[in-house]
Amino acid sequence: MSDLTISRLTPEADARGTVPPARPGRGAAWARRRRAAAALALVLPAAFFYVAFVLRPIIFTFQYSMYEWNGVTEATWVGTENYSRLLSDPELFGPILNALQLIVYFSFVPVTLGLIAAAIIRKFATSRLAMVGRTVLFLPQVIPLVAAGIMWTWIMATDGVVNQFLRLIGLDGITRAWLGDFDTALPAVGVIGAWVSLGLCLVLLLAGMSKIDPSLYEAARLDGAGPIREFWSVTLPSLRQELAVCLTVTVISALASFDIIYISTQGGPGNSTLVPGLEIYYLAFFQREVGQASALAVALMVLVLIVVIPLQRLIRGREQ
Amino acid sequence: MKVSRTPTSRRRSRSAVALGLTGLLALSACSAPGTSSDDEPSADAGATDSATATGEAPSCGTGDVVIDAYVETGFPLFRELADEFTAQYPNVTFDIREDQFAVLTQNAPRVLADDPPDLMRLPQMSELASDGLLLDLDPYAEAFGWDEWPSSQLEQMRVDDEGRRGSGPLYAMGLNFSMTGVFYNKALAEQIGMTEPPATLEELDGYMQAAVDAGIVPSAQFNGGATGGLAFPLQMLMASYGEPSEVNAWVYQQEGATIDTPTNLQAVEHLERWIQAGYFADDINSLDYSQTMARFLEGDNLFFFNGDWESGTFDSQVPGEVGFFLMPPVEEGGEVGAMSAPLTYGIGNGAENADCAAYFLNWIATDEEARTIAVEVGGSHPMGPVDAFMPEIDESSVTAQTLAAGVTIGEDNGSMDFIANATGGIYAKGWTPNLQKLVAGQIEAAELLPVVQAEYENEIG
Repeated sequence: MSDLTISRLTPEADARGTVPPARPGRGAAWARRRRAAAALALVLPAAFFYVAFVLRPIIFTFQYSMYEWNGVTEATWVGTENYSRLLSDPELFGPILNALQLIVYFSFVPVTLGLIAAAIIRKFATSRLAMVGRTVLFLPQVIPLVAAGIMWTWIMATDGVVNQFLRLIGLDGITRAWLGDFDTALPAVGVIGAWVSLGLCLVLLLAGMSKIDPSLYEAARLDGAGPIREFWSVTLPSLRQELAVCLTVTVISALASFDIIYISTQGGPGNSTLVPGLEIYYLAFFQREVGQASALAVALMVLVLIVVIPLQRLIRGREQ
Repeated sequence: MKVSRTPTSRRRSRSAVALGLTGLLALSACSAPGTSSDDEPSADAGATDSATATGEAPSCGTGDVVIDAYVETGFPLFRELADEFTAQYPNVTFDIREDQFAVLTQNAPRVLADDPPDLMRLPQMSELASDGLLLDLDPYAEAFGWDEWPSSQLEQMRVDDEGRRGSGPLYAMGLNFSMTGVFYNKALAEQIGMTEPPATLEELDGYMQAAVDAGIVPSAQFNGGATGGLAFPLQMLMASYGEPSEVNAWVYQQEGATIDTPTNLQAVEHLERWIQAGYFADDINSLDYSQTMARFLEGDNLFFFNGDWESGTFDSQVPGEVGFFLMPPVEEGGEVGAMSAPLTYGIGNGAENADCAAYFLNWIATDEEARTIAVEVGGSHPMGPVDAFMPEIDESSVTAQTLAAGVTIGEDNGSMDFIANATGGIYAKGWTPNLQKLVAGQIEAAELLPVVQAEYENEIG
């Protein structure tokens, strides 16, 4: 959205257009204060919930991370010990590496496939086929993640559809329990994530493409550009905002993943799909190390910010 | 989106945020989380005002009582017992809330601290007891005469003030006690020439090999996700090679106990040989409990290392088709062992109807109707004195075989608690991932026990 459209929507701009410029004086100051009070009153309910349910838990998590606490009895202050353990204990560090690997599957794959699919669907945007394609690809977004996880567990089981298909085409040699094999479990979980995220990326990118001025394509075609040249020179640069949203949302879903993995592998086999979200859950509820779990949660939050903020900067930077 | 703001307003909003954050920090940082031990109800709060203190036998009285129970879903035993109790004592009704075992495990500390139920199915209990969340049942044990039962029945539910189990006050009671061993498919056994259960481990190895030779997968023991089901055959092998009491000492967190012993290593090596010889299905790292159960019921596998809580299912779903034996000893005639654990229920410290709940627990172990339900619905041996009433059971049923095996274990003093119960996280973080690695060949037998021991020491501190 350009600055122009924003300013058109703001009440101040509206007021400026209809009301004569305010004279400096008491009346104006009072009116300004009243407007400020009204604004504050409007913001207050949301601010209250934000503080109570977002800021407060974050602060408590940070506080807990400084203690050794089993969740019930009195906690012991340990300072930053929980954080230094994060760096020294491979069992706590391993899940973070797994989560970084998942970014490829949860983020890069669906964004790339989403771009390709959107570009293809746009070509026959009005036909019934486009609608079917859109619906089919968006459907995973509507299905609860838990259901998706269970479904894929069956699909990738020893006698599931994937292996049945492989046997049908004579590839018996590579059939395996995809989610129970050390080498394939993480990619298999990644496939589930990619399948889920693809729909969101597709719809976002399609919406972005529909906003592109058709005259740009016309101009490109007049200059002799083919479909591929069009894609690189017109479509892709115009989608920067949508790509940013897709990447941000999917990268966060990879780093903070929990549900798909909890349902399909529970972190197994042998911790090969253990991610920070699941590790936090095990630490807090099974090992009852609330302090260590909180420290990992804070580290995860920082990690998400470290990955996402540069991503935002990169895209915003190019804009300017 | 750009919003133009004056430097003053930006400064003002920044300071407001800073002020808010400081305020919240100050609020939250004042006190450490958790309750200090002074705030807790005293350990015997529930019992002091109860009948045990006044010398009368505890009972449910004559007024209306609603027992608030938090139990495991998927097992009808508790509900059947509760219904029978209400039929006999119409003034007592039950308000039952059910959850999966994993959910119970997560919720136990908070539920017991915030709103102590009258009866609750307990997961790993030593931390709950040492945190003062469970009612000390010793006064009831004395009043009802539980202390005259075989001490091994109650041993696992005693926790001392250090959180070590095996001695100290009694913090729970069993509805019955389960027993583990090896179930086998009779038709497949006949096919490979196994006419009677193996008398030695070597014979068992032979039958497994015979199954493989006949194109049968000997076992599809669940070992996927969070279910390290190879812990079952492993612990049975530990009892065959070594002393169950040593395993118990480890599970009870006795001082200096270790799982990394020479005989336990022999057990892991034996298990590794089974894995390498292909005695387990090649996809066990992806199988959960219900998939294993389904395959065994369909007759895909010869053996299933499991417990008598499934005896009732086998007797009703595939009557006469399944047999049971205890893991054989290394040498013929040697002592045998098995995991045996009570189906533990505790009373919350501060529970409203502690007396009535304790009376109900005593009734389960002593009433004839209740003992019949414990066997027929629960499939396991009831708690209580040795010479107590036992219901008639069809001799050819699996239930009859598992109950008989229980007697053998009693004679050999071979009962052990599950190695998965040693600490809250030892199953999820110790046994399961490392048994999965053993299956995949990522670690060798010699590496397994030291890793689990390290996790154990890390957890008990």
